[in-house]
Amino acid sequence: MSRAILYDSTLCIGCKACEGGCAERWGLPYDDKIAAEERISAHKLTAVETHGERYSRRLCMHCAEPTCVSVCPVGALQKTSLGPVVYDAEKCMGCRYCLQACPFQVPTYEWNKRLPKMRKCDMCYERQSQGKQTACAEVCPTGATKNGDRDQLLAEARQRIAEKPGQYYGKIYGVKEVGGTSVLFLSAVPFEQIGLRTNVPQEALPDLTWRVLDLTPDIVSTGSILLGGIWWITNRRGEVARKEGRRK
Amino acid sequence: MKLKLPKITVWRAIFAVVLLSGLYATYLRIMYGLGGATNLSDKFPWGLWIGFDVLCGVGLAAGGFTLVAIVHIFNIERYKPILRPAILTAFLGYSLVVVALLYDLGRPDRIWHPLIMWNPHSVMFEVAWCVTLYSTVLFLEFIPVVFEKFGWHKPLEWIHNISVPLMIAGVLLSTLHQSSLGSLYLIVPEKLYPLWYSPLLPLLFYISAIAVGLSMTIFESWHSSRAFGRALELPLLASMARVLAVLMSAYLWLRFLDMARRDVFGLLLRNRTETWLFALEIGLMVVPTLLLYQRKVRMSPGALYACVVMILFGFIANRLNVAVTGMEAGSGAHYIPKWTEVAVTLSIVGAGFAIFRVIAEYFPIFEAHPHEHAPEMEKTEADSVAVG
Repeated sequence: MSRAILYDSTLCIGCKACEGGCAERWGLPYDDKIAAEERISAHKLTAVETHGERYSRRLCMHCAEPTCVSVCPVGALQKTSLGPVVYDAEKCMGCRYCLQACPFQVPTYEWNKRLPKMRKCDMCYERQSQGKQTACAEVCPTGATKNGDRDQLLAEARQRIAEKPGQYYGKIYGVKEVGGTSVLFLSAVPFEQIGLRTNVPQEALPDLTWRVLDLTPDIVSTGSILLGGIWWITNRRGEVARKEGRRK
Repeated sequence: MKLKLPKITVWRAIFAVVLLSGLYATYLRIMYGLGGATNLSDKFPWGLWIGFDVLCGVGLAAGGFTLVAIVHIFNIERYKPILRPAILTAFLGYSLVVVALLYDLGRPDRIWHPLIMWNPHSVMFEVAWCVTLYSTVLFLEFIPVVFEKFGWHKPLEWIHNISVPLMIAGVLLSTLHQSSLGSLYLIVPEKLYPLWYSPLLPLLFYISAIAVGLSMTIFESWHSSRAFGRALELPLLASMARVLAVLMSAYLWLRFLDMARRDVFGLLLRNRTETWLFALEIGLMVVPTLLLYQRKVRMSPGALYACVVMILFGFIANRLNVAVTGMEAGSGAHYIPKWTEVAVTLSIVGAGFAIFRVIAEYFPIFEAHPHEHAPEMEKTEADSVAVG
C-alpha cells in the first residue's frame, strides 16, 4: 500500500492552515511574515500560492521514481515503500545535486548555516508510519488536502472529475508526470495556470543517467583489454626493433 | 650571505592582491556559510565553483592522461619531453579541484562520505570515486620526479614495476571522469537550454577534454620556454597541433550533427543571451581549428599560442555555458557570481600557476632525465626513439 496526498485546488480557500500545521510539525517558526512568502524554502516546506482567484500548493511531489534519490551520491535520500521520499541529514555532504536535478525544484538548502542541511517535505513519514494523517491534511478545513492510499485517492479524483466535469480541468497532475508522483493535483484550469510545471517529461528521469552509468563496467573492461593490448603491441614493436638493431 | 628579497613585479603584486582577497573570501565562506559567500540559491544551486573550478579544472587537467596514453600506452616516445609537465598539471589540477570542492560542499567535513555510503545510480557518486582514485594515480605518476630528485632508487623501481597497469587505470578513470561531468547534466532535460542539452553530453565532454588537454600542454610548453629560457619543442608541438585540429574538427562536426538530429538550429535565430554566448563559444573553437590546418600557423610560436588560447577559452565558454548560461532560463533564476566566488576561483588559479612554477624550478620537470627508470628499461626506450 502506497500513501499519497490529493490536493484539490478547487476546494482550497487559501487559509494557509496547511502551512501552519507543517511548520508546527517541523518545529519551524511561523508568523505573518513567513505566511506571506509564497514559496518554499528551508524554513517553509510547503507554501500556498495565489494565482489570481485560485490557489495552489507547493510541496515535495514524492515521485514514484524520484530523481533526487537517484542523483544523491551518498544515498541520503530514499523512497520508502510507504510512499514518502525521506532524507537522512547525517549522510548528506551538501553537494546539492538534488536541488539541481529535481524537476519540480523542491529541495531547498540552509544557505546561511555553517553546518547546513537540505530541507524538504517528507510527507510526514513518521506520522504516517504510526497510522496518522499528514499534518497538512489533518488541519485542512475544507478537505482540499487529503491524505490516503494512492490508488483510492486516484479513484476519488477520477470520480470528482466525472461527477462535476464542468468544474474541473479533466486531468490529474501526478499520474504521468515524471513517471507518476505520490502527490496528485486537481484543478479547474490547465495546470500551468496554477503554477505547476507542465514541461516535465512524462517518464521517470533516473533512466537518463542510468543508461550511461550502466555502461561503466563495459567501458572499464573493454578499455582495459584495448589499452593493455595496444601497450603490448607497441611495446613489443620496440623490443623487436631493439633485437633487430642488435643483430646488425 | 645576503638575504634576497623577492622582486616586486606587476604580476606578483596582482597575485598578492588576489590571494589576500581569496583569504578574506575564505573567512566569509567559513563564518557565514554558502549564503554569505555566494549568490547561489535554491533555484540555482551550482555556480562558478562548479562551473569553472570543477568542470573547467578537471578538463584542463586532461593533458595528463592524454600524454600518458600517447607516450606510455601508444609508445610514441618522441612526445616524452612534454609528458612530465602534463602530469604535473593534471596532478595540480586535480588537487585544486578538491580544494574547490571543499569550498563548494555544504559539509566539506563529509567529503569522504561517498567512499563508504554508496549509490551507484548517482553520477556524482561516480565523479567522487573518479576524483579520489585518479588523484591517487596522478600522485603515483608524479612522485617519481621527487624520488629522482633525491636519488631514491628503491621506491623508483617499485613504482616502475606497477607503472603499466597504473597508467592504464589512469586513462580509464579519466575517460569515466571526463565523460561523467557531462553525464551530470543528462538529468536536467527540461532545465538545460537545448543548444547544450544533448544525450551525447558525456561523449562531447570527453572529446573536448582530450582536445583541451593537448591545448594545455602546448600552452604550458610555450610559457615554460619563456619562464625558464629553454628552447620551444616547436616541431613536436606543431605535430600535436595537427592532432588537435583533427580532434576539434571531429568534435565540432559531432556537435553539428547532434544539433541537426535534435532539430534546434531554429533557436539560433532568437535574439537571446544564450544565442550570443553559444556563438562566442563556437567561434572560439571554429576559428583556431581552421587556422591550425595551416602549416604557417602551426610553425609560428606566436600564432600557435594564440590558437591554443582561443581553444582554451572556447572550452571554458562551453563549460560555463552548460553550467550557468544554459541553466538560467530553465531554472527561472538569474545568476552572477558574488565577488567572493570570483576571489576564491582566481586565488585557486593563481595558486596553481605559482605552485607549478615552484615545482618546475626545483624538480626535474623540463630537463632531460636520464635516471628515471631502471637501466634495463632505458635501453628499450632509447632504441625505440631511434626507430619511432
